[in-house]
Amino acid sequence: MAAQLLFFYFGGVTIAGAIVAVTSRNIVYSALSLLVAFIHIAGIYVLLNAEFIAAVQILVYAGAILVLYLFVLMLFNPSEEKLYLHKQAKVGIFLGVVVLFMMLFAGYKTEIIGKGGPLTAQAVKEMGHTRVIGNALFTDYLFPFEVASLILLVAMFGAIVLAGRGVHRKKGPAGRIDLSYRDKLPKKSSETPEEVIVGR
Amino acid sequence: MIPLDWYLTLGFFLFAIGVAGVLVRRNIIMVLLSIELILNSANITFVAYSNYHQSINGQMMVFFIMTMAAAEVALGLALVIALFRTRSTLNVDQINLMKW
Repeated sequence: MAAQLLFFYFGGVTIAGAIVAVTSRNIVYSALSLLVAFIHIAGIYVLLNAEFIAAVQILVYAGAILVLYLFVLMLFNPSEEKLYLHKQAKVGIFLGVVVLFMMLFAGYKTEIIGKGGPLTAQAVKEMGHTRVIGNALFTDYLFPFEVASLILLVAMFGAIVLAGRGVHRKKGPAGRIDLSYRDKLPKKSSETPEEVIVGR
Repeated sequence: MIPLDWYLTLGFFLFAIGVAGVLVRRNIIMVLLSIELILNSANITFVAYSNYHQSINGQMMVFFIMTMAAAEVALGLALVIALFRTRSTLNVDQINLMKW
């Protein structure tokens, strides 16, 4: 009974946070309510006997991803938007409801026909959840684990290349233009290039 | 004991809210945040099935989804910053350079 009450608390706050995140005019409020939702999803994982996943959820989602979003939001000087919804917002909500009922139908009509594995709740509790995860991660899932590290490396390079300095910048309100190249240029060039490379 | 259907329903509701958020919002950062909601709903479903099927494989999948989400956020936000530098807007209606 206590578990069911906890489920209703965690699930209700998750849904409420998600709805506030999608409907709020202020985008910082959206990010913060999504933070609340992610933390309560970690509570759902604890109810499902997945303590390590819950810790990773709080560390990675609430700790890293949402903070990255908030940093980027602060760069853009967010303000309340008047036109924050599309004109076709009703169609979007309708499609969301259609997707919901399709998934509910599919989920309730599906039966689990496979045989259950050996890891009952009692077995996981005896071994420890982190140990079970580690055993699986470094034996059966060793190759996907290495591929995941490669994906993170490539994403890091990509983020540095896309958002870092040294890229071509056009004249505009957002970019700062470095004019020190003029002193080094020979005097014969008359036209000013619109696009300059900011030195590293 | 909490039945499996409750967790599935929670995941489905989060998925629907995420899909509606992707379709409804104009700000491109909100579109990315709604994609995070969709990924989290998939994670809840994976962990629920993993628990009720007494297998660890679903939770390993959650692990790799989180890795993918972290990479996606880094790349997506870098793209948003590059886009804002060149176009000075975050509105997806105005980002129509490749629209035919």
